[in-house]
Amino acid sequence: MTAEDSEGNWVPAMLAIRDRQDRAAFADLFRHFAPRVKAFLIKSGMSPALAEECAQDVMATLWQKAHLFDPERASVATWVFTIARNRRIDALRRAKRPEPEDLPWGPEPEPDQADAFEMQQETDRLGKALAQLPEKQRALIERAYFGDLSHTEIAEETGLPLGTIKSRIRLALEKLRHHMS
Amino acid sequence: MTEGKTKMTIRHHVSDQLLMAYSAGQLPEAFGLVVATHLSMCDECRARAGAFDAVGGSMIERCGTIAMDDGSLDAVLARLSGAPEPRPEPRRRKGLFPTPLADVIGGDLDAVKWRPIGMGVRQAILPMAKDASARLLHIPAGQAVPDHGHRGMELTLVLQGAFRDESDRFGPGDLEIADEEMEHTPVAEAGADCICLAATDAPLRFNSLMPRLLQPIFRI
Ligand SMILES: [Zn+2]
Repeated sequence: MTAEDSEGNWVPAMLAIRDRQDRAAFADLFRHFAPRVKAFLIKSGMSPALAEECAQDVMATLWQKAHLFDPERASVATWVFTIARNRRIDALRRAKRPEPEDLPWGPEPEPDQADAFEMQQETDRLGKALAQLPEKQRALIERAYFGDLSHTEIAEETGLPLGTIKSRIRLALEKLRHHMS
Repeated sequence: MTEGKTKMTIRHHVSDQLLMAYSAGQLPEAFGLVVATHLSMCDECRARAGAFDAVGGSMIERCGTIAMDDGSLDAVLARLSGAPEPRPEPRRRKGLFPTPLADVIGGDLDAVKWRPIGMGVRQAILPMAKDASARLLHIPAGQAVPDHGHRGMELTLVLQGAFRDESDRFGPGDLEIADEEMEHTPVAEAGADCICLAATDAPLRFNSLMPRLLQPIFRI
């Protein structure tokens, strides 16, 4: 895994932060994700100065909340997205997004490597499928995620192939629920 | 239905449109509250929401890069004092309301400040951002809710009991999504009183029982 490998597996770096407070691993994650988060926030309508500040906050949150990352339910890129999205809502609307109840059982200390790898692969596959959508459709989805469409302007039929990734997350949730009982 | 471990059978779920808007961070707070409350009761939609978040993850990977300022990494490293925060104990629901709703109310059912709105129906307006409103409704078993149409979108999530309208039955965890065209008369089923969380991005128009003149008084 290197910073140049845009589809790299960042899970070991996240676990290194969580378990060993590994600053070198954090620096790798920062070099890869911070410029992407900044671009995402600018495309979402933020000034470059505010986007810089928020991207720094997002990366700091990545460190502070490392224990909440569950590689069986989300890729690192997905997790970075959720932190960036929430920071954007906070910065532009001065509001908090209502979040679902915590699962009764948090991420496992030793995530199943095969499951985590599969989740990463699924996210990569989804990204490729997204890139192959007809231009018009992809542009609409991008606009939605950049905060450019209201909830009524978003189409009910997204045409996104989300079935398999949903099934994987569903299995991970069942596993966590099973642990609890 | 017995309390505790009884598995709910949820038949009416969050639409793709709402889930994508929730994932993209584009829902008014009141709608976000309804979605977050449903997700708390429904692993199926929680997983679907995770899939929509993964679309956001792909956006992060593919939206290009803008260089961070000089010294940016060092500035963040300097902020990272010590270990990541320990994982907090998961917060669990203490009564009827899932935590996103309990957080807004500041407690469970016994903390709700109900106000009568006629025919035995009670409501409590929740403090929300102005772009949409949310309220709890308490409908006595067997009671009809005043016939009303909608100007915008209305979401109704059943927390306890059940109601029926012209189209279907809605039990605990079920979400009804009503749009502009819909005119309906929900009736609470016999048995338990029906408690719902409802949100709308437009004022309701009541066709009976609640003259429109009175609406400002009730703040709906
Ligand atoms: Zn559902």
